[in-house]
Amino acid sequence: MTETRFGSPFDQPTPEGAEGWEEMYSYSLLFSEQRRDYEDNAFWFRDSIHLPTVMPPWDMTLVQWAFGSLGAYNSRHYMVPPAMGIDVRILNGYMFLTPVPVMDPEEIGARVPHFMERAGFYFGNWNELEDKWLVKAKDLIAQLEAISFAPLPDMVDLEVVTSAIGRSNLYDLQHSYHQLLDAALLLWQYHFEFLNLGYAAYLDYFMFCKQVFPNIPDLAIAKMVAGIEVDLFRPDQELRKLARSAVAAGLGDALCDGTVDASLAAVGGMDGGGAWLAEYQAAQYPWFNYSNGSGFYHTDAVWADRIDIPFSFMRGYIRKLQIGEEIDTPVEEIAAERDRVAAEYADLLDGDDLANFQGKLGLSRTVFHYVENHNFYVEHWGHSVMWRKMRELSAVLSKEGFWGDIDDIFMLKKEEVTDAITDATFAWGAGVEPAGKHHWPPVVARRRKMLAACQAWDAPPALGEPPEVIAEPFTIMLWGITTESVQKWLGGMSDEGGLSGFAASPGVAEGIARVLTNAEQVADIQDGEILVAPLTAPSWAPIFRRIAGTVTDSGGMMSHAAIVCREYGLPAVTGTAFATKAIKTGMRVRVDGNNGVVTILED
Amino acid sequence: MTTHTVFFDEYTDGHHPIVGGKCASLGAMTVAGLPVPGGFAVTTHAFNLAVGRHGAGAEIWSHLAELDTSDMAALSAAGRACRQAVRDHGMSTDVEAAIRAGYQELCDRVGQPDVPVAIRSSATAEDQPDASFAGQQDTYLWIHGEDEVINHVIRCWASLYTDRAIAYRNDQGYSSQDVSMAVAVQQMVEAEAAGVAFTLDPTNGDRSKVVIDSAFGLGETVVSGSVTPDNFVVDKIVFEIVKRTISAKEEECIVADGGVVHRALSPERSVEPSITDANVKAVARLARQAEKHFGRPQDIEWAIVGDTIHLLQSRPETVWSNKPRPTVSTGVNAGVGGIVNMLLNPVRVREKSE
Repeated sequence: MTETRFGSPFDQPTPEGAEGWEEMYSYSLLFSEQRRDYEDNAFWFRDSIHLPTVMPPWDMTLVQWAFGSLGAYNSRHYMVPPAMGIDVRILNGYMFLTPVPVMDPEEIGARVPHFMERAGFYFGNWNELEDKWLVKAKDLIAQLEAISFAPLPDMVDLEVVTSAIGRSNLYDLQHSYHQLLDAALLLWQYHFEFLNLGYAAYLDYFMFCKQVFPNIPDLAIAKMVAGIEVDLFRPDQELRKLARSAVAAGLGDALCDGTVDASLAAVGGMDGGGAWLAEYQAAQYPWFNYSNGSGFYHTDAVWADRIDIPFSFMRGYIRKLQIGEEIDTPVEEIAAERDRVAAEYADLLDGDDLANFQGKLGLSRTVFHYVENHNFYVEHWGHSVMWRKMRELSAVLSKEGFWGDIDDIFMLKKEEVTDAITDATFAWGAGVEPAGKHHWPPVVARRRKMLAACQAWDAPPALGEPPEVIAEPFTIMLWGITTESVQKWLGGMSDEGGLSGFAASPGVAEGIARVLTNAEQVADIQDGEILVAPLTAPSWAPIFRRIAGTVTDSGGMMSHAAIVCREYGLPAVTGTAFATKAIKTGMRVRVDGNNGVVTILED
Repeated sequence: MTTHTVFFDEYTDGHHPIVGGKCASLGAMTVAGLPVPGGFAVTTHAFNLAVGRHGAGAEIWSHLAELDTSDMAALSAAGRACRQAVRDHGMSTDVEAAIRAGYQELCDRVGQPDVPVAIRSSATAEDQPDASFAGQQDTYLWIHGEDEVINHVIRCWASLYTDRAIAYRNDQGYSSQDVSMAVAVQQMVEAEAAGVAFTLDPTNGDRSKVVIDSAFGLGETVVSGSVTPDNFVVDKIVFEIVKRTISAKEEECIVADGGVVHRALSPERSVEPSITDANVKAVARLARQAEKHFGRPQDIEWAIVGDTIHLLQSRPETVWSNKPRPTVSTGVNAGVGGIVNMLLNPVRVREKSE
């Protein structure tokens, strides 16, 4: 029997040990009796692309600002005629989303001329505005870098007195935290300045292709904008460059031996070692500010902080070079194929259809650079700096005895951090013991336990009543949620023991499955395996030349996983919803990236 | 010197008037390097010697000159008399010698004595984009041995005077006196699966697709409509199968006991795909190659033996090719206005469902 709706958010059991989880999140993120009429009748789907696991309390700060910014640009800046923003709730620690439509046809009509004027301005000046964006974004990240959280001193510096600054660490600590919050919010404002419009333009082209060439494969549409050079892939390029220099200088074996520190030391004493080390140092900033995950979790490992990760990728490249294998990505081939495919489709059209096809494809290629490129600056570089700064603040409070683990600060909500700062600086001024020393350790311990209990919950892919037809473009393109996929979720696995999803990147591959549930396990992967994960991050690209194919639980044609796999020519099926549950490490599976089907061949 | 036969690989454009549309197409494809099974044309010169004004023509014309084709009895009698005249007249010794020599050469080239061939008409008014005579003449399959080849070339000539062919020509305003015919003698492959392919979607005219019908055995079942074939829609730019329908194929046409027979398929076998996905794509590539060669949408017949795909025939598609391409750009499509229209589509869907 196939169900017609998902469970109500009000009927979901609290996982054992997670009782009271609501204290970890702002009241505005919780389902509540007061808003039940609305909440129970909406369709809530899990954002498993960006946020596949439970949300630590502080990490929700960024999520709320991200979706807040997305909404504001849709609804208030560009006046997207039929769409307001995307509403967000948390249940048992997991994020759920619902797009908010504009229902009144008159209101939709009234928004049209505003959208034309406002979006028209951006589309008309895209490249110039994008150049300005990059300057703004880099400047903002520099501001983030400049924020400092100094330990509370026994005595302020003499200079503070003699230059009559008139303020102390009492102010500075709070001010720095507020600066960090403001910068993080601004980063997310910048993020969505272009993105919604970029997606709208791409979708327009996508939908036009579907209309003019009925049943055109999604992949063919994506191919026509593929192979555009963006900074998102620069960190991987840097590793390949370092690997090539190392092999050319005869440093390959030394770099592959022992710990990172040991091999760096060994190289330092070799001919040409100094030059290579300088190159290695230069590559790290900003390119190693690269997250192993979506960048939304403080637990996502960043290359700069976990140098063993990029180092192991680089060693993989060195070994390939040493046995004469190719490590370049087929960027030129992909670009040539992009141009061939576009020219052949164009050849089939004439008149207005041809003009529209060329116009929409041209605009898509223009906007696509931002659609891919922004990800490095916001989620990778910007977030990496922000997490680092938060840990500096955590160290200050830890020194006051608030907690032991540097990451405990992320068990607090953002306002609670302000409270803790007030407490610490007050006690510092008064010369007394801060209350936080006793208050926070049990809170942190309780929340860690609740998060673990929530993580064990088998969260459904969606809640509530799905609309008959899912037509909201962002929901389809970014999250990969379609009328068909909702039906599949309601029905569970398909009959043939197969999983279906988006044909995200072409090709067919068979191999042994390696199921990864967190980014730390990336290092376990063996050559020729099929990667199965909730999602993939761009920073996993170095292993994309080693694995045979990839399968993800979530993501549509435009998700980062899909984009990256196409850039690397790796067969991929995304948005299967159940792959990490249905497939176990060691199973033999076939990934059909042409048709979006994953088959389990042998248990 | 009069040319009685022209091998496909010797074809030049100058041969077109004497080899008919089908052989011209097979010849052009062979010369272009497409995988066409070997064979030769028996030219209109040979026909004219046997049947035309130099042969049985006078007698034939005596049956047709005053014929009222709406009189079914008279049509039937005249047709029978014409066909008898062609068979009685036979062919002159030099024509016969040329065909026997051609067949022997084909056997030598293939390396198989008495190589089985298909014998089909290649009428000069057939296969023209604007007047499809397709299917108006008979086809003889799995013919082998010199005598049988001679025999069936004559039968092919005679088939120009079937009742329906006479009536069709009359209705279309072609003179039965001036009509001429070439015949294709082509090596026949023992197909495991075969069918047809269009280089556009015949249901909507979409030129980005190749649409393939396929069934087990020889392609006759698909062409004649005696089975419901498997159907595949393939994107012809990226060669992805975008739609597949596997049908219950009631029978297959195969070679048995030196001839072609229709045989029922077991229920299990009937619902198996008649062709692998890889071969579907290979057929689509072949169709696309033919389309590029001829510079316009094509309708091909193909057959698979092992992993080899043979192109048996390629004709211009006539239904959609002669119409202006249907445009989808109506209303505002360009620029930001087009984006607004696209964004409002879900709203229209919502309003319709309410």
